[in-house]
Amino acid sequence: MSEASLMIEAPPEGVSSRRGFVLHTLRHRPAAVIGATILVLVGLGAVLAPWIAPYALHEQVGPVFGHPSWSHPLGLDDGGIDMVTLLMWGARVSLVVGFAATFVSMAIGGAVGVISGYFGGATDTILMRITDYFLVVPDVPLMIVVAAIWGPSLFHIIIVIGILLWTSTARVIRAQVKSVRERVYVKRARALGAGHTRIVLRHVLPQVAPLLIANTVLTVAVAIFDETALSFLGLGDPSRTSLGKVIENAFERAAISSGAWWAIVPPGALVALIILGCSLVGGSLEDALNPRLRVAHLSARTFRLRPLVGRGKEAL
Amino acid sequence: MRGTDYVLKRIAFAIVTVFVAVSINFVLFRLAPGTAVSNLSRVPHATQQLRHALEKQFGLDKSKGEQYVIFLKQLVHGNLGISYENEQPVATNLRIELINTLPMVTLGTVFSILIGTLTGVIAAWRRGTPTEAVTVSSALGFYSMPTHWLGLMLIIIFAGTLPTGGMTNEFLLNPGFWQHLKDLGSHVLLPSLTLGLVLYGEYTLIVRSAMLETLGEDYILTARAKGLKPWTIIRKHALRNAMLPITTLVALSLGYVVAGAILIETVFSWPGIGRAVYEAVLQRDYPMLQGAFLLLTISVVVCNLIADLLYFKLDPRITT
Repeated sequence: MSEASLMIEAPPEGVSSRRGFVLHTLRHRPAAVIGATILVLVGLGAVLAPWIAPYALHEQVGPVFGHPSWSHPLGLDDGGIDMVTLLMWGARVSLVVGFAATFVSMAIGGAVGVISGYFGGATDTILMRITDYFLVVPDVPLMIVVAAIWGPSLFHIIIVIGILLWTSTARVIRAQVKSVRERVYVKRARALGAGHTRIVLRHVLPQVAPLLIANTVLTVAVAIFDETALSFLGLGDPSRTSLGKVIENAFERAAISSGAWWAIVPPGALVALIILGCSLVGGSLEDALNPRLRVAHLSARTFRLRPLVGRGKEAL
Repeated sequence: MRGTDYVLKRIAFAIVTVFVAVSINFVLFRLAPGTAVSNLSRVPHATQQLRHALEKQFGLDKSKGEQYVIFLKQLVHGNLGISYENEQPVATNLRIELINTLPMVTLGTVFSILIGTLTGVIAAWRRGTPTEAVTVSSALGFYSMPTHWLGLMLIIIFAGTLPTGGMTNEFLLNPGFWQHLKDLGSHVLLPSLTLGLVLYGEYTLIVRSAMLETLGEDYILTARAKGLKPWTIIRKHALRNAMLPITTLVALSLGYVVAGAILIETVFSWPGIGRAVYEAVLQRDYPMLQGAFLLLTISVVVCNLIADLLYFKLDPRITT
């Protein structure tokens, strides 16, 4: 991801390269910087969980639903486990699900988009009709159905989320590939005898890569959101503690009626923070890379979470 | 007649999509582990004959193709099978649940439109001020919250003042009409508020950008020069033209909202279609799950079609 690049100094005025433009735009977008900061902090906590978490993951360190105190700033959960420790490990699992599912959807969406846009014709029509179908089908119910049939496991959840989120990527990439295909240097490469594989890998893909990255960040948010929802409905992996699982657990064990707000408020707030961070960074990147999207009537595109419009409107 | 073409194309696409959904529905549930027979013949001493008799009874001895044709025929007749759980026809169950879901979802959508339009107009009018920053970032904040978690937060906050579960107070015997309505109203408030809060962010941003677009037009400048009050300009000149994206958004939203009600109905024990999905998952009640999924898909497709046609009616320039 591009957290690192966000911190680099903006280039001097008048730099017209694409990279310079991106950095310049990002510097003038406090939203992107805030989002990146959130993601870096949460990411650090999640990655370093085995070393910096204050307690071991399944270690009972106090009474059930113990109150917040100096040694346990966020209290204890229904098993007497330190909430801070739980959140770090939970964020770890949630981020893994988010990125793995996104990887699956990027691979599918990228392939469909490139093939569809590059070859055009009948291939394009067929692939786009399939995409249209997936755009219309309500994905949370479909995820529930598939997850219920396959049974709960982290791997299944990743695959289910992955195979349902590729549509927006496919559309964005297809549009981009279509325009790249017509550029002079691609035509020249073709005239020089370059094969399809070479043209796609060497000329088309590098051009669409930045947009693919922006899309990735946005998809991670959706994947994490969907995992939280599936876990809450009892379709999560029982052996892995994701943030969604932490919320579900607290809800099932009556954290609310026990007055243990600390067991249920922080995990949800953390999910909201991660999703916010992803939306801010992804949205800004997309704006920076594709200024055409800033036109007001097209600005609906960043809505992926509860896709009231993202899906339907893109088709218009 | 490009317009008629467009309408026909949209309708044809909707029909094809429903057909594909039906077929996927068939395939998906045939992939589920175990069949009705393997479940029923799990009794001790189940003979091979019992197995065959059951297979014949459920039509599982026929080929997959024949089964598919039978499935389609029954579907056309409105037969979605019998629920494993309460042994009622799935179609009857779904009808009752849909009737329960609609008021909650409608009120939630009204909440989101009201809050969204108001904050969107404020954000556009106060562009570049802290007011805009606050409205936009709080809209994004609510949008980022997991739906069920926000519902739980509302329960924590309002527990004691408002009922937090179910649709009616079961201890209210033979209530009068107004009493019943009041009871229902107090129960519907939290679930629909949750829906309104998680959804309004989208309306805020769309109303804001639509307003910004119209506020830049010359006729707004004219209205300002005439010395009209800001509120009149917003209401009579700007908002009216910004309504186009909002109208289609409402039509589009209803389909997804019904689908998205699963989490909210689970949290608030609202006996609607979303909760039916949740219970069907828990009980592995495949006929119910299949019926509910089909209903949700069709509702989304139909709402999409309505949105497309509405958009075309409001803005005939679109003919793709």
